[in-house]
Amino acid sequence: MIGWIIFGVIVVIILLWIGIYNGLVQARMRTQESWSQIDVQLKRRNDLIPNLVETVKGSAKFEQGTLEKVVGLRNAITQTPTNDHQKTMELSDQLTNGLKSIFAVAESYPDLRASNQYNKLMEELSNTENKIAYSRQLFNTTTANYNTKLQSFPTNLVAKVHSFKPSEFLETPAEEREVTKVSFDENGL
Amino acid sequence: MLFEQIAKNKRKTIVLFVGFFLFMGVVGAALGYYLLSAWIPGVVIALITGIVYAGYMFSQSTDVVMSMNHAQEITNADQAPDLWHIVEDMALVANVPMPRVFIIDDPSPNAFATGNDPEHAAVAATSGILSVLTREELEGVMAHEMTHVRNYDIRLQTIAVAMTSAIAMLANFGTHFWYFGGNRRNNDKEGNIIAMIASILVLVLAPIAATLVQLAISRNREFLADAGAVELTRNPQGLIQALNKISNSEPMSDENVSPESAALYISNPLQTKKLTNLFSTHPPMSERIAALEKM
Repeated sequence: MIGWIIFGVIVVIILLWIGIYNGLVQARMRTQESWSQIDVQLKRRNDLIPNLVETVKGSAKFEQGTLEKVVGLRNAITQTPTNDHQKTMELSDQLTNGLKSIFAVAESYPDLRASNQYNKLMEELSNTENKIAYSRQLFNTTTANYNTKLQSFPTNLVAKVHSFKPSEFLETPAEEREVTKVSFDENGL
Repeated sequence: MLFEQIAKNKRKTIVLFVGFFLFMGVVGAALGYYLLSAWIPGVVIALITGIVYAGYMFSQSTDVVMSMNHAQEITNADQAPDLWHIVEDMALVANVPMPRVFIIDDPSPNAFATGNDPEHAAVAATSGILSVLTREELEGVMAHEMTHVRNYDIRLQTIAVAMTSAIAMLANFGTHFWYFGGNRRNNDKEGNIIAMIASILVLVLAPIAATLVQLAISRNREFLADAGAVELTRNPQGLIQALNKISNSEPMSDENVSPESAALYISNPLQTKKLTNLFSTHPPMSERIAALEKM
């Protein structure tokens, strides 16, 4: 009788352990998935930039180095290893600012503003910027969920035994803390 | 919190189904007794109809609800870039698949979400909401709808819409027959009268009960969805301004909205200013805004 009780307890513990382990794997997977969401958007922006540079180069005068800096940041992002999240996002924020300054200059050239290609690019870039901001927020949400699991009982025991590592939050740049959205044109929409 | 909400919604959906079939059975029995002097065929017919109808609604709910509200589907970003991109953004941050997107041609600003689950969801926006709201405001509204999607509110609410429509239809049908008189071969006068009164009572009470079910389902949900929306956009002001603009606008045209689906909308599309709290499917806008301002 006592043997059976002990057997039952062990079976229950093993089942619980498996459940918790799978829960942790799933939570970790969610953080990785949400990082790949960011990655998709960064890639999309990287693909748009050469196009943008081509479009504005001929029709507007920029300060020395503005365009080169944007292209340089773009290349730096492609070369940053995908698992270096902080570095990637730092470069991405600088790139966002670089793009803002390009659009600020381009605003004063009526020819550009009338061009379909330029408007289309601007729309796509601002759409991508929004998605970067939102996917970054999603990443932080999934990271918070995962990290909470790592720290709460009894999940922390399982996590320790199988050495699950906490996921790092992405820091939001100071000026974006209030509203995460970026809009290149003044009217909002 | 989210998972509790989902589990609760799934439980309520089952209760709703069971309640619906019981109700169909009772209404069927009443109709059967009245029309055919036998309740069993009535129950059988009602239950079969109920099962067929529920199955149909479950598989086609989005299309049915959208056509009830005269919504047109858009299938790529160029047809309405702002709406499309905002829906994409909100689906992304809510971590649900991109829903189907519909537009209702109506100048009054409003929106709703429907579908069986996040994988088969759809959102609809009126042309009015697209022209009246700014990007941030529309983000708030779409985040609200995406919260309904993520919570499985859409399944519960859509099924409630389908079932109340069915009950309303059945009750209409019943009262229609009542005018023309039923089967009068039954000689047992006393039993006949009692059965008749019972049948009439059921037929009269049915639509009221159906409305009460919808009320119970939708009111608190709007507060939760408002809170969820702010969690997604981190911008309560956007939603507050949107709700202000929506509540200060004219109601939607009756031709576009079916009364049964009014509960789905972010703000009651049929609301006249005089309508009081008690039978409204939506909590008063002032309370929702007050709750948002505390965030």
